[in-house]
Amino acid sequence: MTKFTRRDFLKGTAGTAVAGTLGTGSAMWAQDAFAQGKWTPEKGAKLRVLRWKRFVQGDEDMWLANTKKFAEKFKVDVRVDSEGWEDVRPKAAVAANVGSGPDIIISTFEDAHQYPDKLVDVTDVCNYLGGKYGGWYDVCKEYCTEKGKWVAVPMGCAGNSVVHRIGAMKEAGFSEFPKDLAGFLKLAQAYKAKGMPPGFALGNATGDGNVWCHWLVWSHGGKMVDQKGNVVIVSPETEAALNYGKQLYDTFIPGTLSWLDPNNNKAFLDGQIGMTTNGISIYYAAKNSTDAKIKAMVDDIGHANLPVGPAGKPTELNLFFPMMLFKYSKFPNAAKAYLAFMMEKEQYEPWQQAAIGYVSHPLKAYEQSPLWKSDPKNIPYRDSMKIMLPNGYSGPMGYASAATMADFIMVNMVAEAVSGSKTPKEAMDRAKARAERYYKV
Amino acid sequence: MRRLLDNRHVLGLLFMLPAGVLLLVFLSYPLGLGTWLGFTDTKVGRAGIWVGLDNYKFLWGDEVTRLALFNTLFYTFVASVIKFVLGLWLALLLNRHIPFKSFFRAVILLPFIVPTALSAIAFWWIYDAQFSIVSWVLVKMGIIDTYIDFLGQPWLARLSTIAANVWRGVPFVAICLLAGLQTISPSLYEAAALDGATPWQRFRYVTLPLLTPIIAVVMTFSVLFTFTDFQLIYVLTRGGPLNSTHLMATLSFQRAISGGSLGEGAAIATAMVPFLLAAILFSYFGLQRRAWQQGGSDR
Repeated sequence: MTKFTRRDFLKGTAGTAVAGTLGTGSAMWAQDAFAQGKWTPEKGAKLRVLRWKRFVQGDEDMWLANTKKFAEKFKVDVRVDSEGWEDVRPKAAVAANVGSGPDIIISTFEDAHQYPDKLVDVTDVCNYLGGKYGGWYDVCKEYCTEKGKWVAVPMGCAGNSVVHRIGAMKEAGFSEFPKDLAGFLKLAQAYKAKGMPPGFALGNATGDGNVWCHWLVWSHGGKMVDQKGNVVIVSPETEAALNYGKQLYDTFIPGTLSWLDPNNNKAFLDGQIGMTTNGISIYYAAKNSTDAKIKAMVDDIGHANLPVGPAGKPTELNLFFPMMLFKYSKFPNAAKAYLAFMMEKEQYEPWQQAAIGYVSHPLKAYEQSPLWKSDPKNIPYRDSMKIMLPNGYSGPMGYASAATMADFIMVNMVAEAVSGSKTPKEAMDRAKARAERYYKV
Repeated sequence: MRRLLDNRHVLGLLFMLPAGVLLLVFLSYPLGLGTWLGFTDTKVGRAGIWVGLDNYKFLWGDEVTRLALFNTLFYTFVASVIKFVLGLWLALLLNRHIPFKSFFRAVILLPFIVPTALSAIAFWWIYDAQFSIVSWVLVKMGIIDTYIDFLGQPWLARLSTIAANVWRGVPFVAICLLAGLQTISPSLYEAAALDGATPWQRFRYVTLPLLTPIIAVVMTFSVLFTFTDFQLIYVLTRGGPLNSTHLMATLSFQRAISGGSLGEGAAIATAMVPFLLAAILFSYFGLQRRAWQQGGSDR
């Protein structure tokens, strides 16, 4: 028996009909829209979406515009609320526990692993999107699947990369950004000699501190836990990482122990530091600055992925965003349609563009997005999802990995050791004791 | 029914009911719940089971918690003493006949009126490792040649946060003590002057004894506010560097809300209660010395 579905029929007839009247662009649009017929929103459906508050205005504007498009097309009322990204997490946990709240919550990191049984299986949505857009990057599966089922739809991540000054690097004799640890350290020393030292956050900086400290340990082959969740942070690899970090720290600008997330942006744009890790926001701020001095910096700002160490592969940590649909939602089909709709090319690409690359895509096909071609300096951010490791690598994700990060165990360990307030051995032991508390449950 | 309502005991209970319900719902219940959570391993989003003193045992052995306890006691003690001395001094000055008295009194209150989060952000810039105005001025004047790392070195960070707390807390102490000073009858000072008392004696034997009840209340509040401070630290350092400015309140938040360990966070918060009680009892029994206020001695 040949299956001839309603969709096929429509593709064949209405699609061409529309194409005839409205042109090819609309025809493609129509096809995609029909593909969405897969999830017919419930009658009178109303959705509440809670997401993290935008880092750049364009993100929010375009997200809301896309939402409006969905609402009009499918006659579904959608309300989008935003909260600071660090506040979404506890709210999502409470919603999961209490069994009421927003239908969809766009949260951070491994939230989908903290209460997978409270989430709707969205395998159909993810398979559909993955099939259509070249598949998901591997890390998406780690963050969003549980026992072979997708429990959240990956939205992407806020990518991080090295932000540095090209001129000073070239003057120091580097034709391109070093790809190994030895070269990276040499470059840091060169920046310091030029009076433009590096600066990496070592305070309790939720974003920047965690990102580079995890990279430091992972790149040397150290990790907090093994695959079974046993704490294995005390290791020669971690010790090597801390000793390397100490050499790196010696090149830093004074004051990084107190740095929170915004400090490196300010110091970089003021020309005080020559290298840091950050989202694309520094470059964007320079581009849009009205201050002539900052504007002049634009051409000199370069981006690069963090170097690869003995671990033999990129070991970056980025702020990942899962979109979770809760079981208590009365309108799961409307919600699935919404999730699929927002991830479709027609919505996702303009949105990513409006967010100026702040969000790196989870679907491979979006590598071809015009955003990444518009400026070669965007490229390191393009690959964020491709090269990152999941939080709590290489152990299971869940409550323990989340709590370990929230308690700044990795950051504190690195800060203690590199600043010399503790020996690497003491710092590792302390980290082990603290992490074991979380991993014992 | 009518007879029942005429009964003064029943009526009294009835009138107290709304207040009782309010206290029960908004004070006793959360406090009780918090204490109970401290004995469980509840996570955000997952109900826990009773674990007895497990949380407290862990916290006792946890270096970060111990450090936070030390930080909190140090922060509270130093900041409260400075706030008291400066506040009393300001109150005494403002109690004199000075030109533009009302204006000065209003200005003094400003740090107290500004929302803490805002003043904390101002301090965050003042203490910035790269952009500190204080360092900038000192460098320009040639007194130092590198910027001061206010929040980057453990002890300096502790003192810097205390300074910010004092700046914010002094007006409260000063204005309350000023109110207390104004209730002291001028005739007492006249009498003392006639007896040939020196200014110091007038302060020591008239002002201070009559002011102690107010001091007791003000300092109790001041200690409570300082001990439970959160916003200032959260904005300035988030407890860093190396957890050297983590207070019990900020650590409790970090563990309970960001970290999801509601039980452990609640235990940290509950562990603050005995210290707060001790502070209250101290001011209650230590400073309410009625006999002394009336010129006698305590015993």
